[in-house]
Formats: sequence, C-alpha cells, structure tokens
Amino acid sequence: MKETTNGRSKAYKVFSIVLLVILALLFLFPLYWIVTGAFKTGQDIYSTTPVWWPSEWTMANFTKLFSRRSAPLFEIVGLVGPTVPGAIRWLVNTVFMSVMAMLLTCLTASMAGYALAKKRFLGRGLIFSLIVCAMALPKQVILIPLLKEMSALHLYDTLWAVIFPTVGWPFGVFLMKQFSEGIPGEILEAARVDGASEWRTFSTIVLPMVKPGIGALAIFTFINSWNDYFMQLVMLASNTKYTISLGIATMQAETSVDTGLLMAGATLAAVPIIIVFLIFQKYFTQGITMGAVKG
Amino acid sequence: MAKESKTPMSRALVRRETISGYLFMLPSLIFFLGFVIIPMVICIINSLTDANMNTAGLGNFVGLANFKKLWGDKTFREALWNTFLIVIVSVPTVCAFSLWVSSAIYKLNSKVLSVFRCIFYLPVVTGSVAVTVVWKWMYDNYTGILNAVMKGAGLIDSNINWLGDPKYAIWCIILILFTTSVGQPIVLYVSALGNVDQSLVEAAQVDGATDFQVFWKIKWPQMMPTTLYILVITTINSFQCFALIQLLTQGGSGTNTVMYYIYYTAFKLTEQSGHFGYANAMGVVLAIFIGLLSALQFKLAKEK
Amino acid sequence: MKKMKRILALVLALAMILALGACGSKTEETKPADDQSGAADATEITLWTYPIGGWGDENKVKELTDAFTAETGIKVTVEYLAYADGDDKVNSAITANKAPDLIMEGPERLVANWGAKGYMVDLSDMLDDTDKSEIYESVLTACTNAEGAVYEYPLVMTAHCMAVNLDAFKAAGADQYLDLDTHTWTTDDFINAVAALYAYYGDTVGAVYCGGQGGDQGTRALINNMYGGTFTNTEHTAYTWDDPENIQALEQLKSMDGIAFDASLAGGDEIAKFYQGVLKMAFCWNIAQQLNPNSADTGSGLTISGEEIAFMSFPSQTGESQLCGGIWGFGIFDNGDDAKIDAAKQFIKYMCDSENTAAAVKTANYFAVRDTAEGADLSGIWADNEIMNEYTKLMPYLGDYYQVTAGWAQARTSWWNMLQDIGEGADVTETVQTFMAEANAAAQG
Repeated sequence: MKETTNGRSKAYKVFSIVLLVILALLFLFPLYWIVTGAFKTGQDIYSTTPVWWPSEWTMANFTKLFSRRSAPLFEIVGLVGPTVPGAIRWLVNTVFMSVMAMLLTCLTASMAGYALAKKRFLGRGLIFSLIVCAMALPKQVILIPLLKEMSALHLYDTLWAVIFPTVGWPFGVFLMKQFSEGIPGEILEAARVDGASEWRTFSTIVLPMVKPGIGALAIFTFINSWNDYFMQLVMLASNTKYTISLGIATMQAETSVDTGLLMAGATLAAVPIIIVFLIFQKYFTQGITMGAVKG
Repeated sequence: MAKESKTPMSRALVRRETISGYLFMLPSLIFFLGFVIIPMVICIINSLTDANMNTAGLGNFVGLANFKKLWGDKTFREALWNTFLIVIVSVPTVCAFSLWVSSAIYKLNSKVLSVFRCIFYLPVVTGSVAVTVVWKWMYDNYTGILNAVMKGAGLIDSNINWLGDPKYAIWCIILILFTTSVGQPIVLYVSALGNVDQSLVEAAQVDGATDFQVFWKIKWPQMMPTTLYILVITTINSFQCFALIQLLTQGGSGTNTVMYYIYYTAFKLTEQSGHFGYANAMGVVLAIFIGLLSALQFKLAKEK
Repeated sequence: MKKMKRILALVLALAMILALGACGSKTEETKPADDQSGAADATEITLWTYPIGGWGDENKVKELTDAFTAETGIKVTVEYLAYADGDDKVNSAITANKAPDLIMEGPERLVANWGAKGYMVDLSDMLDDTDKSEIYESVLTACTNAEGAVYEYPLVMTAHCMAVNLDAFKAAGADQYLDLDTHTWTTDDFINAVAALYAYYGDTVGAVYCGGQGGDQGTRALINNMYGGTFTNTEHTAYTWDDPENIQALEQLKSMDGIAFDASLAGGDEIAKFYQGVLKMAFCWNIAQQLNPNSADTGSGLTISGEEIAFMSFPSQTGESQLCGGIWGFGIFDNGDDAKIDAAKQFIKYMCDSENTAAAVKTANYFAVRDTAEGADLSGIWADNEIMNEYTKLMPYLGDYYQVTAGWAQARTSWWNMLQDIGEGADVTETVQTFMAEANAAAQG
C-alpha cells in the first residue's frame, strides 16, 4: 500500500516537474518572440513560415525606432535637454510617472491607513466603506468626468493627469490600513503619554512598523502605473508627454503595421523594467508576500 | 476596536483624535475624493442627462431614459455579458492554476524555485501593451506562430482565425489576461505554503492522513487569508483588460466589454445625441455590478 | 537593509530631478515661443495631422514647417495621429478644451463632423474669386457646408483604388483578367481572377477586412462597385447601402472561395499581409501606398519578397467604376484665440496657396486640388513621375464624395460591424438592414 502511493506520488512529481518546465517555456515564449523579433530583418519577420531564430541579427528596427519623433530628453524650467529620439523621452516620462505615482501613493496611503486603523473619528466607517466599494472600480467608469476635471485643472496633456488618479485609487489605503492594525495600541499610548506629537508618533513609531507594507504597496503601484495604458491614452496628447506604452500603441495603429518596429518598441518598454525586476527580485517577492500576510 | 470603545474617553481626547485623524486622512482624501469620488458623483448625475460632447454644462435632465435605452441595447448586453464572463472565468482559473504551480514548486531548492517564480512573474512586468502586440503577432490568422505550430503538430487542418472568430476571440483575450495575472498569486501562494504550521502537518501525517487530506484539512484553511487577497487582486486585474480589447479587436469578434464600450461611445460615436450621458449610464451600471461583486467578496472574507 | 536605504535614496533623488523636469515642461508651455526679435506677432501653433501620404512622416513635414517658421517666426508643433484612434484623440482633446489649432484631414471630419458641431473656424474669407476659380469645383463643394461656410482649405486629393500582386496573378494565370493599360476590370474578370488564384494557391487571396474602421473606404468601394450599388443618396442625407446591388455583391463575395471576411484585420493589417505576399490583392490602396516603400523597406511598388504590385480600379460591371475619393486639407479649431487663428491662417495660406504649395503637395504624394496657386503652376509637378502619370488614368473615375453625410462616424462603425456579422454567417439582407438603420438613425441626429 505504502509503496504504491510512494510510486504514484513519485510519478506525479516527475509529471508535474515536466509540465512545469513546459509551462515555464510557454510563459517565456512571448518575451523571447518580442526580443528576437526586434532583431529580425524584414524578410524574417514577414516570412510566411515562422522564423524561430533570426537568420541575421539586425539593428534596423531600432534605427527606425530611434529616428522617429525626436524630442528633448527633459524640460526643466526653460532648460531644455538635448534632443533625443522620442522613444527615449517616452521612457523618461514613464519612469517619472511611475516613480511619482509610487511615492505619492506610499506617502498618502500610509498616513491614511494609520488614521483609519488607529484613530477613532466621525465618518471613519463611511470613508472605509467608500474605499472598499471603489477599490475594483475601473477608470473607464469615470472617464468623462475625469477628463473634464483635468481640463478644468489645466492638467490635461500633462503626466499629472495620469499620476493623480492613480494616487487617488484607494487600494493603497486599504492595504495600509490592514498593516497598521497590527501596531499595538500600547506603544501609541505610551508615546502619547510621553508627549510625542502626532506627527512624531507617526514618523518614528508607525512608519518603521509598516515598512514592509509600504514596500509591498510601492511595488504594486509602480508596476500598475507602468502597465496602465488607458489613462495615458485619454489624458496625453503630445508626443513629448507620451509614455512608452502609448508610443507603441500608436505605432500599432499606423497605416501599414510594421511588426519589426513594434517589437523594437516592445523590447525597449519591457527590458528595462525586467532588468529592474531581476535585480530587486528578492524585494519584489518579499514586498508582494508582505501584502498578503496582512491583507 | 469594539473593546477599545468601552473605555470612556474624555471629550478633549475625542476631539483631538478626530482632528488628527482627519489631518492624517487629508492628503489621501484630496486625491480620493478629487479623482475618484467627485468624478463618480458627476458620472451618476450625468447619466441622467442627455449631455454630449457639445454640451457645456450638465445637459438636460432625462430621468432614467439612458438606462432604459441601455436595457434595449444589444451591444451593451453583449458587453456586460463578456465583462462578467472574463471575471467569472479568469478569477477561479488564475487561483487554481497558481495554487497548483505553487504547491508543485514550493518544496524545490530555493534557486530553482526563484527561477520558476520569476518566469511566471515576467509577463506581469513586461507591460500590457508590449504583451498585447506580441500576442497579436502570435495569433495572426495567416502567418502567426500559433497556427503554424498547431498545424505542424497536426492539431488543426487549416488556420484558425483566432482574433477574428467570435468562437475563439474572447478566449484568446482571456488567455493573455491569464498569463499576466498568475505571477502575483504564485508568489503569494508559495510563501503561504511555506508558512503553514509544520507541526500540524506532521501530526496529521502521524495520524495517517494522505497528502490530499493534509492539503485540504490543514494547509488550505491556513491559506484562506491569502486566497481572499488573491481573489481581490485578480478581480481588479480582470477589469484592466482595456488595452487587450482596444489593441486586438476594437471590441469586434464578440469581445466587447463595458469598459471598452464606454470609451467607444464617448469618443467614437460622437454623433449619437446624448452620447456622454449614455456612456456615463454604462459607467453607473458597471459600478453597481462591481460594487455587488466587491460586497460579495467582503462578505465571504468576513465569514471565514 | 542598508542597501535598500541607499537604493531608496537614489530613487528619491531621481524622482526629484524628474519632478523638476515635469514642472518645468508645464511652465514652459505658457512661455512665449522664441524671442524672435522683430516678430511681435510671433506665436506658437499646434498642428495635428493624420497620416496623409508623406504628411505622416515627421522628417518630411519638419522640412516644410521649418521653412514656414523661418519665414514667419511662427513655431509649429506637429503631432501625428493614426487613423485607428485619431478621432478618439481629437474628440477627447475637444472635450478637454485642448483641441489643436490646426488639423489636417478630409471633409468627412472637418466639415461633416467637427464643423457641423461648431468647433471649426469658417475659412471662406481666405478664398477670393481667383482661389474659387482655381480649386476644382467638386472639391470646394465637399469642403463647404450647406450654409456656405468653408471648414477645410483643401490641399491634395486622390482616388482610392486597389492593388494586385502581379507576379502571383501571372503565376496563377489570372493576369489575363487585368487590363494593365487602363487599370480597370469588370466584376466577372474579378470573379474569374479570384477563382484562378484560389485554384492555384488553395487559400485566401483577398480579405474583406473588418477588424475596425481603418481603411473601410476599400471595402465600401469594392462592394458598391461590383454591381453598381450606392452608399448614400445623392443629397447625402441618408444611407442607401441596403440596395439590391450591394446585397448581391455581399452575397457574391461571401460565396467566393479565396475571399474571406476577416475580422482580425483592419486596413493597415491588410496592407501588411499584402506586402507579405499572403494576400494577393489589397483593397486598401492608393497612390501614396504605391510610391512608399513597403514595411520591410525593400522598395516601393514591390512586396517584401520583391513581387511587383500593380494598382487597379475596383471591378464593376462596365469596368468604369466610381472610385472613392480622398480630399485633404487644413481646418482650424476655434480655440477663441485670434492671434492663433491668424497664425493658423498664415500657415494654410503658406501651404495651400503660395509658391510653396508645390512642395506641400509633393510631400503628400497626392494630386493638387488646383492647377495654379498664386501664379505658380501646379499641373506639371508630377510630370517627371512615371507612376503618378500612370495613376492619373484613374482620376476620371473619381466618384461622389459621399463621406460628408451626417452620422458618418456611426455609419463607419455600423459598416465594419455589419461585415463581421455577415462573415460569421448571418443573413445578409437582414443584417444589412439592421446596421443601415443604425446609421440612418444617426444621420437624422
């Protein structure tokens, strides 16, 4: 009896490993196809039978990508950076947008999460219910009012029009509330007795305790904001405000679709963040896990 | 919380708490109210009007006319059904798949484990637009690699028009969504499985429980909070399929979703009178639909 | 932990720098252009252009705008739209009160859509009697609304046509059906050619693409011409595409082996598939496509593998088809800033009615809408271009410019959705009527 189960479970183990390896290869394939596609010649790309490995490596697609839509690298109060290919500016914009959204979200959400978890104030229940209800709300729902609002605030066609709604998205507050609930009330009480100000209590006691939560939130927001496409599509109009996702999407819409160029763009969009991910992999997984332990 | 409220607090303390509570809430509230709640309120008001692109103000009040029109709109019903289908299919499959992968890899040596974890997480970081354009190329009706491979393997006789055929298109989109959704749940489940109380597992094994029983009786209940969290994030993720629809099918081939139809009505069908009001009405219906779904999930969470 | 902190500090510093950058770019906008001494009325205008031949190519457009800036001191910022989502972008910009100053497109958008809604500036004061006599009458009519307001100052025009892969046709023995001298063929020729191609290749050779509205003029022209159907009535007040001729054409196409209703392709994808040599004919074609290099840059007038491409008129029973035209020019959005409107008008004058018009027209790779502009002769600008000369043979077949019918955006949406349903096997007559009713409802407002 025992042996057969063992035998069966061993067979299952081998089977599952084989299956996993196959699945892993399938998951890797799109990325492989993007990167090799970016270096393929037109002949390979448009071959009627798939070319698995570039018959000749070419930079032509990147040359084409980098010869389009030049823009200054940055613009700081009258100081205009050197002219670079549009795609590079798009990357700069994407990084700026994601980092700003991440920082603002972490700051506001950690404060609000703490208040919701540890302060007793009028309207707390209402706010929390609103947050829970709004968490899964797709931005398309509020598309038109948001667009008009951004226009009224003169934020249309600036990256802030994309950043602010991301910061307003209440998932972060929800997550940080769950974390802050783990802070023992006695410590806060002790701080109050010692006469520490509210802000001091928050910055010296609360923040260090919810650090893992902030890490989780930072990663979550950064990736979401990097991947978001819809708000960018609606809110950004000029080429110098484009993000890399939007840039690729416009190439896909062109008169005659140029697959090689698209893959070069996709490589440029994917490779930097993948490198960041691989370097910080440990923090990524830690951060994500932290989110769930408390969430 | 309930326990704390029993201890009497002085009025001064209550006031202090309220003030400081709101001060801490303030930065977040500005963004939340300003860019989520206020637009939502305007959306609801607008859904009762005949506003269109030309309307400067709110437009004329038309009552529930937009909602009545929605009820009779075949495209909208199809879009709502697809939205529902995507959630109802992708959420359980993502959970089940990631649970299986995690339980298969969590005991492996840590290097191998992290390799697998990375690979399944890669589609998440690749970015939705980059992922979409490559899948579009792979799904290509005439020279796509998917048809080539399946034909080569003898699985199909002639090319399948993956994105052009309503029989397949929505499933193709769900598949892409699936690959970009399982990364995070796998990471979560791997760590949850690693945190399961080993003494309980061993005790059960001594009592002669099978692996299967150990899993369902001991491990699964302990992973419940993780599972709920995964349900929430996967649901949120499923509503983020706009890029896939817009870039792959433009809502055709039976893949329209409410999210895309709102955008389409707002900015493409600009000649339809009252199209802004109509789009906002769709938004309201979608919001109600999502609200119910969230409420259901939180009710489940409370029960456990 | 220490490492984490250092990284965090780095990220923060980076963010600060970038934050400055973004704020900077915001204030920069409000700053007046360059301090061009002497040019008191110097201003900055924005131009959004659809990919109208070479006007979608940044390098070519830059030459033109740079020359304009050098002469007038007016700086032009150009954004390039795509047909797939360009309308959405303009519409969202209008909603946000941030419409561009200038837009380059055709009367279907400038006159029938944005003009009719009151977003555009009437340009009739730019047209004196000389201009009116110089610009072809039919073109000017298309650019003018019922009340006489001109919302588009036309620059170029062409006739949309189709293309065939000549080498593939020869291989299949289908070239006998093509009259390469007149570039015309009859519906029977077309049917026989597809049959011959299908017999030879055993696969789809032409696609009635319907994956979106991009390039839909091709499918409309194909279906309308086969048996002489119409798309709208002659007054441009209602859609008439349910007439028996169109239904017959749809039934015919549906029944042909080798022709597929393909919902995974839009116009741009179809061209790519044609260049790739997969499809042996393309319905989304015009002279600019014929002149531009293919998507793998292996030459113009050739597929990627070097097979020869020939342009053809759409097939009809007599061979004399009604080709769908394109008229492109500039319109001005009324943003309430007179200085900008003035600057925009200067731009239009410079491009459409001056000695620079020849260059502007040549950039587009299309034909001029007038013979002379401010004394400069435009009739001979393509004299040295063999392909352009050849293409003029199709210009007499230019048909009615029906794209200005009200409810146009809805009609286009209905059209491709209708084709999808028919492709999926829905009853043709019924489907056509349902979708046309949708368009007519929009036409009535």
